[in-house]
Amino acid sequence: MRVMAQLAMVMNLDKCIGCHTCSVTCKQAWTNRAGTEYVWFNNVETRPGQGYPRTYQDQERWKGGWELNRRGRLRLRAGGRLKKLLTIFANPLMPSIQDYYEPWTYDYDRLFSAPVGEDTPVARPRSLISGEPTKISWSANWDDNLAGGPELAPSDPVLRKVSDQVRLEFERAFMFYLPRICEHCLNPSCVASCPSGALYKRTEDGIVLVDQDRCRGWRMCVTGCPYKKVYFNHRTGKAEKCTFCFPRVEVGIPTVCSETCVGRLRYIGLVLYDADRVAEAAATPDEKDLYEAQKSVLLDPHDPRVQAAARASGIQEDWLEAARRSPVYSLIFDYGVALPLHPEYRTMPMVWYIPPLSPVVDVLTGTGNDGEDAGNLFGAIDSLRIPIGYLAELFTAGDPEPVRLVLRRLAAMRSYMRRINLGQDRDESIAAAVGMSGRQVEDMHRLLALAPYDERYVIPRAHAEQGAQLEELATGCSLDYEGGPGMAGPFGEASGRAAPIAVESFHALRERQSGEELEEAPDLRGRINLLNWDGKGTPEGLFPPRRNGGEEK
Amino acid sequence: MSALDVVLWVAVPYVAIAVFVLGHVWRYRYDKFGWTTRSSQMYESRLLRIGSPLFHFGILVVLLGHIGGLVIPKSWTEAAGVSETAYHATAVALGTVAGVATLGGLAILIYRRRTVGPVFSATTRNDKLMYVLLALTIVLGLAATVVANLAGGGYDYRTTISPWFRSIFYLRPDPDLMAGAPPLFQLHAISAMALFAIWPFTRLVHMLTAPLGYLTRPYIVYRSRDERRAPRRGWEPSR
Ligand code: SF4
Ligand code: SF4
Repeated sequence: MRVMAQLAMVMNLDKCIGCHTCSVTCKQAWTNRAGTEYVWFNNVETRPGQGYPRTYQDQERWKGGWELNRRGRLRLRAGGRLKKLLTIFANPLMPSIQDYYEPWTYDYDRLFSAPVGEDTPVARPRSLISGEPTKISWSANWDDNLAGGPELAPSDPVLRKVSDQVRLEFERAFMFYLPRICEHCLNPSCVASCPSGALYKRTEDGIVLVDQDRCRGWRMCVTGCPYKKVYFNHRTGKAEKCTFCFPRVEVGIPTVCSETCVGRLRYIGLVLYDADRVAEAAATPDEKDLYEAQKSVLLDPHDPRVQAAARASGIQEDWLEAARRSPVYSLIFDYGVALPLHPEYRTMPMVWYIPPLSPVVDVLTGTGNDGEDAGNLFGAIDSLRIPIGYLAELFTAGDPEPVRLVLRRLAAMRSYMRRINLGQDRDESIAAAVGMSGRQVEDMHRLLALAPYDERYVIPRAHAEQGAQLEELATGCSLDYEGGPGMAGPFGEASGRAAPIAVESFHALRERQSGEELEEAPDLRGRINLLNWDGKGTPEGLFPPRRNGGEEK
Repeated sequence: MSALDVVLWVAVPYVAIAVFVLGHVWRYRYDKFGWTTRSSQMYESRLLRIGSPLFHFGILVVLLGHIGGLVIPKSWTEAAGVSETAYHATAVALGTVAGVATLGGLAILIYRRRTVGPVFSATTRNDKLMYVLLALTIVLGLAATVVANLAGGGYDYRTTISPWFRSIFYLRPDPDLMAGAPPLFQLHAISAMALFAIWPFTRLVHMLTAPLGYLTRPYIVYRSRDERRAPRRGWEPSR
């Protein structure tokens, strides 16, 4: 047993209101640069829908993730090592910018420079890729809220799998939001696909990162990830991906997407897992068993033997403590309501989801029934095949049973808690019907509905004695690069040292929050991140230069 | 032996080699972030899918051919029982196929670069200079072979150019050998040396990091946060 720690996330889909706040704040923090205009480390897609990039779940086409070969061994679906090297000159499975969308801006200057005339001037869209005028015809969430439904939704790869059972009836059907980030998989196919070995999984916390100095732009990781969560920065020619906001979690604060989530539906915690068993579990023959296999790799942090093994592999006490308090572990095991996204890709994804009960409730109340009555809900869960079949394709490789159990638990919680709210007796039989005790249901309710910040995010700090680079000083930030933002090196805009991604703004933020001075942090380097601007000082570039009189900045 | 010959066939090669080697070292140390293919496949892949493999596989064969022709002495192949005619026939046949593939691929790539808007706007001046020298070198090389073979039985560079090439690395450069070579071969060599001199400063650097290690390394790479730096004194793990 080789115990490793992994930072994992759970998202409770019932509470997502599809506001995209997470996407926007993530973009502000990480991908508001040239070359990453089209990149959303966090995106929120409406299901049913095509997703972003379009139809990424269709692995017949995109060939992401792993599959089993004839001998039952894991192999990359896009082909093995030799095939990768032979197709390195032109990757046949690489999504084009059109599969994401062509980013654009507007000709705002026209609004001011147009000559006086009859008509109001308009700002026309321009492609950020070619600079030419463009027609906007797709975006990262073009089919938001089922927009273009009847034409677009049928090409949802997940829906296609279930739709021969049931015709898609849009008005009466269901809809929910699926926020997605990189899954920080236990068996990451992106890492396995990288010819240069630039992608790696951190041993301390399992975060999957791209070493910007080692990446050579071979683009195989983009193909390798079945979730299409590695992106190619077309200006720097390097791959970039969600970082789990490592500069933040290293100091014990949650990722930007979690921090800003309006629905407060994200949970971050540690899980311990047995690294020696990952490959074996990922090679489970029947796809439908993968959900259980994935759970079997995770270890019980309360088990003294696990703790001993964890100590032996160098995991420190406070991390073990955090693993015991992990909300993620509770949601996966104690309450059994969190499911992995597409376990059939065999990457062992570590962002888990509580499937939404709301489609079921909506159908019930739509037909005039009481959507909070346990009997009604249980009956509906058993008979409504569309939502269950669809959710099962997303979370359990098509096996409806685990999804049904989760939904029954959520339904039980709903009716059990309603009785309490209405001042009625606690009805143990409701809890017992889903194999829980009333106490457990109340605890689950607390975690799902009321839990405060420090219960939703149990993030142990990175160990300073393990990483001297974590000293909060400009001389030792965790991305210790010399030189500045790398966009202006001697070999064109893409060369030079990597900009220490967001670390600069992170430090700037801390400095400002704790500093007394009303002045700019020296390492902002003239770049303004509005998210971090707290009203102190007058950063250059945010305000026009003072003409005279005003003191020089 | 004129002064020009010494400059061209002694000084320039050494300068080119020095720039090539030191340039790579320097770039690797200071610009790892810029060390990339800067692929433009995101923008356009229909033409790239034909042009790029054609060019790259072609140039790899050309490279092997050059190693065979320049590095392996004639006496060795003859000792192995390969006659000059047999060698020449193979070299010309293989070389022409590979050369044409390379040139065709390059033509498609340059056409693509010029006509596809996003690709063109992602082309730097550095790229343009590199493309000119690369194309020039390939065209001159192909032309030298074709002209020599049309004009007669071909030119036996293995008695002049190859020994000169090796003499450079023996540190006993012999410019006389090269001074007598046909002008097209001379031009080809000059443009190649220029190409090598700018090589480390262009995107061609990706060649030196061809990811052959991928064939043998384990699939999943684990790395510790600490790897970059040993803990400072007093910061060692406490256990
Ligand atoms: S989800 Fe993340 S860790 Fe998993 S394969 Fe994709 S990029 Fe890699
Ligand atoms: S911020 Fe939260 S509620 Fe809003 S879309 Fe993102 S995950 Fe959903």
